[in-house]
Amino acid sequence: MADDVYKIQNAEIKPDALYDAVLADSDGAVTTFAGVVRDNTKGRGTSYLIYDAYNEMAKKKMREIGDEIKDKWDVDRVGMLHRIGRLEIGEISVLIAVSSPHRKASLEACHYAIDRLKQTVPIWKKEVWTDGGEAWIEGDPSAPGTSRDRDI
Amino acid sequence: MTITVLFFASCRDLMGVSDRRMTLAPGATVADLISTLASEQARFADLAPSLMVSVNQVYVNRNVQLRVGDEVAFIPPVSGG
Repeated sequence: MADDVYKIQNAEIKPDALYDAVLADSDGAVTTFAGVVRDNTKGRGTSYLIYDAYNEMAKKKMREIGDEIKDKWDVDRVGMLHRIGRLEIGEISVLIAVSSPHRKASLEACHYAIDRLKQTVPIWKKEVWTDGGEAWIEGDPSAPGTSRDRDI
Repeated sequence: MTITVLFFASCRDLMGVSDRRMTLAPGATVADLISTLASEQARFADLAPSLMVSVNQVYVNRNVQLRVGDEVAFIPPVSGG
C-alpha cells in the first residue's frame, strides 16, 4: 500500500522502490529527484564521499518537510531517502519522490523538498579528494532561510 | 543533573568522541554547557558560534534550560543532499 517514506540508510538507493512506494491509483503524476555523487568540486577531483547523519532527528526533520509540503500543495504522498556511509562517484546520495493527482503540485513540491532538506536536515558530507585531502563540507549558516532562522 | 551530549561531523572530529554523558549544575542552560565544553577544549569556543544546537531533536536557542536526561546535539552547518 502506498505511503509516505522517510528513511536514512546505508544500503544502495534503488529509485524504483521509492517510486512504487508513493504511487497509488488516484495519482496522475510522480516527480522524483536523485542527488548523485559528482566526480569533482569546482574542478578538484573527488575520490569518494562519506555521509553522516543524526539519524533520528534527520528522519523527524524529513517528516516535517513532508508535512510542510502537504500544507502547501495538493500532493498525495512524499518519500525521502538519504544514504549514509561511503558513496562512490555516480551513486545516489538522496532520493525524493512526490505523488499527486496533477503534475504541477508534485513538480513544485519535489523542488521544495530537496531545497529544504539541504537547509534543515542534520546530515553532513565529507569530501575525499583524489589529491589526498579531505574535509567535512559545511552549508552556509548565514544563508537566508536556513535552519538557523527557523524552529527557534 | 546528567545529560547526553552528541557531536557530529567536524565537531565530532574536534571533540574526539561522538557522544558523552555530562553532569551539569541544576538549571544549567545550553550556553552554560557550551562554556563548560570550551573550558575543556579551547577550539570548541571558536567552533561554537557556527553550531546549531538541538535538545531532544528540536533546534533551540542557547538560553534554553536543560533538564535531567536531555539529549543535546551540536550540529555544524548541514550539508546533506
